[in-house]
Amino acid sequence: MAHHESTYNPQGRWAKWWDERLPVARLMNTQFVEFPTPRNLNYLWTFGGILTFCLVAQLATGIVLAMHYQPSGAEAFDSVDTIRRDVNYGWLISKLHAVGASMFFVAVYIHLFRGLYYGSYKAPREILWILGVFILLAMMATAFMGYALPWGQMSFWAVTVITNLFSSLDSIIPGLGTSIVEWLWGGYAVTGKTLTRFYSLHYLLPFVLTGLVVLHIWALHVVGQSNPTGLEIKTKADAVPMYPYAVSKDAFALFAFLLLFMWFVFFAPDYLGHADNYKPADALVTPSHIVPEWYFLPFYAILRAIPEKLLGVLAMFGSIAVLLFVPWLDRCRTVRSARYRPVYKWFFWLLVFTCMALGYLGAKPAEGVYVFWARIFTAYYFIHFLLVLPILGLIETTKKPPASIAESVLGDVASADPSKAS
Amino acid sequence: MTTHNDDNADPVRRDFMVLAGSTFAGVGAAASLWPFIDQMNPDAGAQALASIEVDLEPIQEGQAVTILWRGKPVFIRHRKAEEIKAALDVQLSDLIDDKARNDDLPPEDPATDLNRVKKGQEKWLVLIGICTHFGCIPKGQRLGDSKGEFDGWFCPCHGSHYDTSGRIRKGPAPRNMEVPPYKFVSDSKIKIG
Repeated sequence: MAHHESTYNPQGRWAKWWDERLPVARLMNTQFVEFPTPRNLNYLWTFGGILTFCLVAQLATGIVLAMHYQPSGAEAFDSVDTIRRDVNYGWLISKLHAVGASMFFVAVYIHLFRGLYYGSYKAPREILWILGVFILLAMMATAFMGYALPWGQMSFWAVTVITNLFSSLDSIIPGLGTSIVEWLWGGYAVTGKTLTRFYSLHYLLPFVLTGLVVLHIWALHVVGQSNPTGLEIKTKADAVPMYPYAVSKDAFALFAFLLLFMWFVFFAPDYLGHADNYKPADALVTPSHIVPEWYFLPFYAILRAIPEKLLGVLAMFGSIAVLLFVPWLDRCRTVRSARYRPVYKWFFWLLVFTCMALGYLGAKPAEGVYVFWARIFTAYYFIHFLLVLPILGLIETTKKPPASIAESVLGDVASADPSKAS
Repeated sequence: MTTHNDDNADPVRRDFMVLAGSTFAGVGAAASLWPFIDQMNPDAGAQALASIEVDLEPIQEGQAVTILWRGKPVFIRHRKAEEIKAALDVQLSDLIDDKARNDDLPPEDPATDLNRVKKGQEKWLVLIGICTHFGCIPKGQRLGDSKGEFDGWFCPCHGSHYDTSGRIRKGPAPRNMEVPPYKFVSDSKIKIG
C-alpha cells in the first residue's frame, strides 16, 4: 500500500522548498491522510491508534515523574508518597502513569485477540505480527521494572520472584542461573542497587518500545490493514482515505476508551494496585499472598501450574514465544477471518475463556482445586496453538467470503444498478 | 589478459582482508563490551565476605530467630527432640533433593539430618531462610506461623513444604534450603561466614 502514488501537491514556495529537501509533509500526507483504509473496519481496528496514544501518554507522564522520583533503596518509597501528596498535581500524574500501564495492557490484549480472531497474522502480515509479539514482550519488561520502582512490599517481592526465574537455569548448568541472578541484582540479594538499575532500564526500554512501534507501523503501511473479511483491497471501492474516515473513527473510540481510563484515575486510582505495596519493602518478610499485576496473572498461573521449576519457567515464556509461530501454526489458507471459519470461531472463544480463567486462577493461592484447574487450562492454552490451529486449518470446511470488501458492505454491487447501490 | 588475472587474484586477497579486518573489529567490540556487562555484577562492597557472630544462649527450645547475613535472612532454630527424631527417621529415598546442600561439606554428600547440622550440636539447625524456588522467605519462624505438612517451614508463594531439617519435601522448590558456612566458637555461640 505504501507503493501507491502520492498525490501530495505542495502549496506555495515554502512547502515546495521543504518538499525538495526533506519531504516529511509528503510522507505524512501519503501515509496518514490519503492512505487507503478498508471501508469495512469495525471498532476493534481502533486499538492501534489507542495504543499509540497510550505509549505517548506513558512517555509524557513518566518523564515528568522522573523529575521527582528518587531511585534509591532508602528514598524511593517516600519519594513516591511525596509525589502523590506534595508535588503539584503529582496525585494526578502518578496515577495517570500507574493506571495508564493497566490501560495499555487492556488495549494490547484486545488488539492481540482481534488479530487472532480475524487472522491478521496471515501472509503477508507475518513480520507485522512478530513485531507485535516483540512489542508485547518489551511492554511486559517495562511494566515489570516500573512496578519495582515504588519499592513497596509487592515491588520488592515481585522483583525477587521474577529475577529468580533465571535461577532455574541451575538445573541445566549448575551455577549458571545463580550467576545470572546475582548479575541482575548486583549483589547476593535484591537491594537498592537492584532498584537503581531497574530505574535506568525502565527509562531506556520505552524508547526501544517506540522503535519497535515505528517498525510495526512501517510494516503495517507496507502490507496494508487487515479487515473483518480478511480480503485485500482490490479496487478503489474497497477503500476510503485514512483522513477523515479512519481518523474520526479512531478519535471517537479513543474518547470512549479515555472515559474508562479517567474513571479509574479519578474514582478508583488504587483499585488496580495492591494494598501491600503501601508497605515499605522488607527483605525479611514475604507477604503471605503475593500476586503480580492483573495483566501478568494468566502467565503466573501457567508458571505455578507446573510443579517442576525449570519446566514452569519454560512454559511461562513458551506461552508468549508460541505466539511468534502462529502465522505458520495456522494451516488454514483458504480464508483469513474467523467470520468464515464456523468451527475455529468456537475454539477462539474457548481460548479467550481459557486466558480469563488462567487470570482468575493466577490470583488464587497455589493449592488444591485451583492448581488442578490451572493445569487443565494451561494444557488447553498450548493445545490450542500447537494442535488446534494446525489440524483445524487442514480439516475445517470454511464458508465462502464475499467477492470483495465493497460487496461485504454494500451487497452485490457488481450485478445491481449502480444508482441503487448508494 | 593481465587485467583478467588481476581480477582473479584480487578478490581472494580482498576476501582475506575483509575477513581478518572484521574478525579483529569483532573481537575488539566484544572485549570492549565486557566492562559494560561486568559493572552489573556484585561490587567490591557486596563481595566483602562479612561474618557475624550469633549468641544462641537466649533461644529456648522450640524457638527460632532470623538474622540478616550478607543481605540474606538466616534461620536458626532450636529443635525439640521429637523434631530431630522426625528428621532422622526420614529415608533418603523419600527426599526430593538428596544432597546435603551444606556449604561446609562436599557437594555430593547425602542429605541426612546429620549432614545438615554440626556434630554434637544436633539441636541447632542453621539455614539460609530463602525458598529455593523463587526466593521468598518461608513461614515457620514465628509462633503461630504455618509450618507446613512436615512441621518445618512453608513457603506461601507457591506452596513448598520443608521438613524439620529444612529439606524440601513437597511443592515446586528444587533444592533443600542451604546451610551457610558457620562454626561454633563456643558452646553457645556461632560465627556465620
